[in-house]
Amino acid sequence: MRVSMTVNGEPTTADDVWEGESLLYVLRERLGLPGSKNACEQGECGSCTVLLDDIAVCACLVAAGQAQGRAVVTVEGLAGQDGTLHPVQQAFIDAGAVQCGFCTPGLIMQTHDLLRSASGTPCDADIRERLAGNLCRCTGYEKILDAVRLAAARMASTGE
Amino acid sequence: MEFLQPRSLPEALAMKAEHPAAMPIAGGTDVMVEINFDARRPDALLDLNQVTELARWAADGGLLRIGACVTYARLIGELGGALPSLAMAARTVGSPQIRNRGTIGGNLGAASPAGDCHPVLLACGAVVEAASSARGTRQIPTAQFFTGPKRNALAADELITAVLIRPAAGPQQFAKIGTRNAMVIAVCAFALDLRPPRPEADGSVGTGIGSAGPTPLRADEAEEFLAAELSGRWTAPGPLPEPLTRRFGQLVAAAARPIDDVRGTAAYRRHALSVLARRTLSWTWNARGERQCA
Repeated sequence: MRVSMTVNGEPTTADDVWEGESLLYVLRERLGLPGSKNACEQGECGSCTVLLDDIAVCACLVAAGQAQGRAVVTVEGLAGQDGTLHPVQQAFIDAGAVQCGFCTPGLIMQTHDLLRSASGTPCDADIRERLAGNLCRCTGYEKILDAVRLAAARMASTGE
Repeated sequence: MEFLQPRSLPEALAMKAEHPAAMPIAGGTDVMVEINFDARRPDALLDLNQVTELARWAADGGLLRIGACVTYARLIGELGGALPSLAMAARTVGSPQIRNRGTIGGNLGAASPAGDCHPVLLACGAVVEAASSARGTRQIPTAQFFTGPKRNALAADELITAVLIRPAAGPQQFAKIGTRNAMVIAVCAFALDLRPPRPEADGSVGTGIGSAGPTPLRADEAEEFLAAELSGRWTAPGPLPEPLTRRFGQLVAAAARPIDDVRGTAAYRRHALSVLARRTLSWTWNARGERQCA
């Protein structure tokens, strides 16, 4: 079947989509957007987190056809047109929150989702709660929490 | 595989009648796992995301009518005041991403003995509303909805349309045992609904046990014991006597029918349920008279 949706602001169409296929497969294998990672395929790890109509979801658990006519934002859609990294992306680099990097796109999308809706700087409990579904096997999470705090502080100071 | 995408409830029911083997999919948090792992290959997927009637909730007489496609995130964000224990249970489901997609109707449809909404729906005496194009709408008490592990009372041409549930008449609680505070399937869970004797309630209590039997269960004897014991105490100050809460816990544990499995032993589940029952009773009792919002 054909699935048409808006991906990172661009009208996009995928053809020959199998009806049981996930949105994640369409993004990675049909649309050439490998930023969303394919790990657990059961919603446990959060590596495939994208925004679907502005709501953070695991792309592996969205049937491709359910994205028909909807707006999807992946990690590839966060940076500016000129390549300037999103403040959350820059904070992950600056805080040393990236090791193997496999979980990073999902964590960045989920952090973006937290900070764009947060009023003020989120407390640690809120950060941990929001990131509870994103697994990292390298960092021990401390640097990731540092990155979220850093991004929050920078975004609060610049009003982004 | 076919991908069916109805735009209205009548269209969805017509499609389900025409394709009785079609698997309904809303949040996909159970269905897509099975498809991704090749554990299920339905003839068709029936996507309910476009059926706006199913994504609403509203007051319906003295009840709340919660559409099948209302997500866990919305149960928490929109219904925590009217239904604290349902919001508490929803809060323990998966992760934020899962709660953004998973729905109350999907929880019921999957009918897992460990489904987190189920103990609350049992405790509150909720009713499942199901519909078919041939026979219209019928109401199934939650206690009769679960017929076995991952089996429910739906006919092949039926869809879950809503849950009918009375707003909390008194303090409620939900508690769940798991290995961490996120992303866990319950080892066991317990829900309690106290209904103080006022004009709108009758002094009865409701219970629900999760993940400790082939289906979610009520603890009938514990309910009768507690309602009788609480009668006459409602306006008395102070906590409940410890022998009372302990006996309630024992009766709840006795009502469970757990097995040993990868998540825990039957003996552990019974013990943990007695503790959860005792604690939730103390929490609810001590909160009586307070306004609660989960």
